[in-house]
Amino acid sequence: MAYSDKVVDHYNNPRNVGSMDKSRTDVGTGMVGAPECGDVMKLQIQVNSATGIIEDAKFKTFGCGSAIASSSLATEWLKGKSVDEALEIKNTDIVNELALPPVKIHCSVLAEDAIKAAINDYKTKQGAPVSAETVSH
Amino acid sequence: MSKPIYFDNHATTPVDPRVLEAMLPYFTENFGNAASRNHAHGWVAEDAVEKGRKQIASLIGANSKEIVFTSGATESNNLAIKGVAEMYAEKGNHIITAATEHKAVLDTCKHLEKKGCRITYLPLKGDGLVDLDMLRDAITDKTILISIMYANNEIGVIQPVKEIGKIAKERGVLFHSDAVQACGKIPVNVIEDGIDLLSITGHKLYGPKGVGALYVRRKNPRVQLTAQMDGGGHERGMRSGTLNVPGIVGLGAACEIAQREMPAESARLRALRDRLRAKLEANLEETYINGTMEHRLPNNLNMSFAYVEGESLLMGINDIAVSSGSACTSATLEPSYVLKALGLGDDLAHTSIRFGLGRFNTEAEVDYVAQKMIDVVNKLRELSPLWEMFKDGVDLSKVQWTAH
Repeated sequence: MAYSDKVVDHYNNPRNVGSMDKSRTDVGTGMVGAPECGDVMKLQIQVNSATGIIEDAKFKTFGCGSAIASSSLATEWLKGKSVDEALEIKNTDIVNELALPPVKIHCSVLAEDAIKAAINDYKTKQGAPVSAETVSH
Repeated sequence: MSKPIYFDNHATTPVDPRVLEAMLPYFTENFGNAASRNHAHGWVAEDAVEKGRKQIASLIGANSKEIVFTSGATESNNLAIKGVAEMYAEKGNHIITAATEHKAVLDTCKHLEKKGCRITYLPLKGDGLVDLDMLRDAITDKTILISIMYANNEIGVIQPVKEIGKIAKERGVLFHSDAVQACGKIPVNVIEDGIDLLSITGHKLYGPKGVGALYVRRKNPRVQLTAQMDGGGHERGMRSGTLNVPGIVGLGAACEIAQREMPAESARLRALRDRLRAKLEANLEETYINGTMEHRLPNNLNMSFAYVEGESLLMGINDIAVSSGSACTSATLEPSYVLKALGLGDDLAHTSIRFGLGRFNTEAEVDYVAQKMIDVVNKLRELSPLWEMFKDGVDLSKVQWTAH
């Protein structure tokens, strides 16, 4: 299969690889997919709780080149966005940006799911009744 | 762009230059039809065909009269299985095969199932071998054929063919073996192995594509087949169609070279394969060999690299030609049915790579491939959330994954 230049670039130079401390209340973690399906994405965001802006994003992905590229691109797009803006990212944006072929659309869906899961996790933490780090509200 | 290093010799092999040289005159000056009995053009072609027949027969311990030329192993498998099913329909309608057979056998059986045959697909043991007790138990008085491959195209596992042949003989059942991966790589002898029908193809043993043969036993018992193609009655009526003379010359020459060079070549390839395996295992943890190493083609290595997805691995080693999961069905995104038949989980099947070494591979290539594999696996593991969890001591089988 021929990959687009952008997929190859993200595969060769993945952006924002890494892990954050998932116990922190300003960190949201999304883990989607399953090993037997051939792809698992872990996407994490660190949010400035005063401004609601995503200040950092990290990923780790087990999956094909398109899955790696989709999650790498997602972290690039997440940084600097507000949580609400981040929810606007659609899998079709990723498909278009990376020129993914039809058989790889599920990779972009997985990346969108990972973004939503990470934001959901962050919001759940923020809504938690007792948290020493959410005094600013 | 220069071509990738070729480690995919189970898919196909390059034509040996000596084979090509033998073939060339039969495209031009010796162009005759082997069925033309009344002039010298025909006689020259017929002589060449008969020489090819002898060379093939010699490689597998057969008589040259028992060789039927075909277009390749897919046709040989179709002719053997459908031909027996139709010819022996009065005797029975039950065929036994195995779950890890090539699609040319499995899909032929499925076709016959629709026409009223009963097919038993034997499961495999975890090491990739047929369970002989299970085979014995599967035979009924309606069983007319056992079709079990000699060596597997993905994991290189060599079946206990001699024992299967014995069982078949005891129970009066015909035994067909798809031997495309074995012929020319390891000793194959239809008499000693008790094989009644055997499929072979040119392009897996440094011969041309588009030519193959079916061995059809003539004595003890005399096997009969219903032809699958109607026409001029060539090949003792079993396979009509003008013979592919240059192809047959090439297949014959390839068999002769393979037979002569097999001892040295298999020792050399085994050493290269073992070198590759040793380097990978010494430098990477969490690698798994798929299928037994004890009964295996000397040129095959099939390994899973846990926590690294196969397609991303292939992308990282794009200057090396190998295959992952199932070579033929990768477009379906389904992991290999052969590996699944061994009881391998989908997760490990997704991380498997098949290395198929061949006549023209070198030690320097093995060293390059090993180092490249090590670098790319390490890089992708740094990217893998599963690797991170494994390193943190998380039991991945206990994690609640979100299905998609």
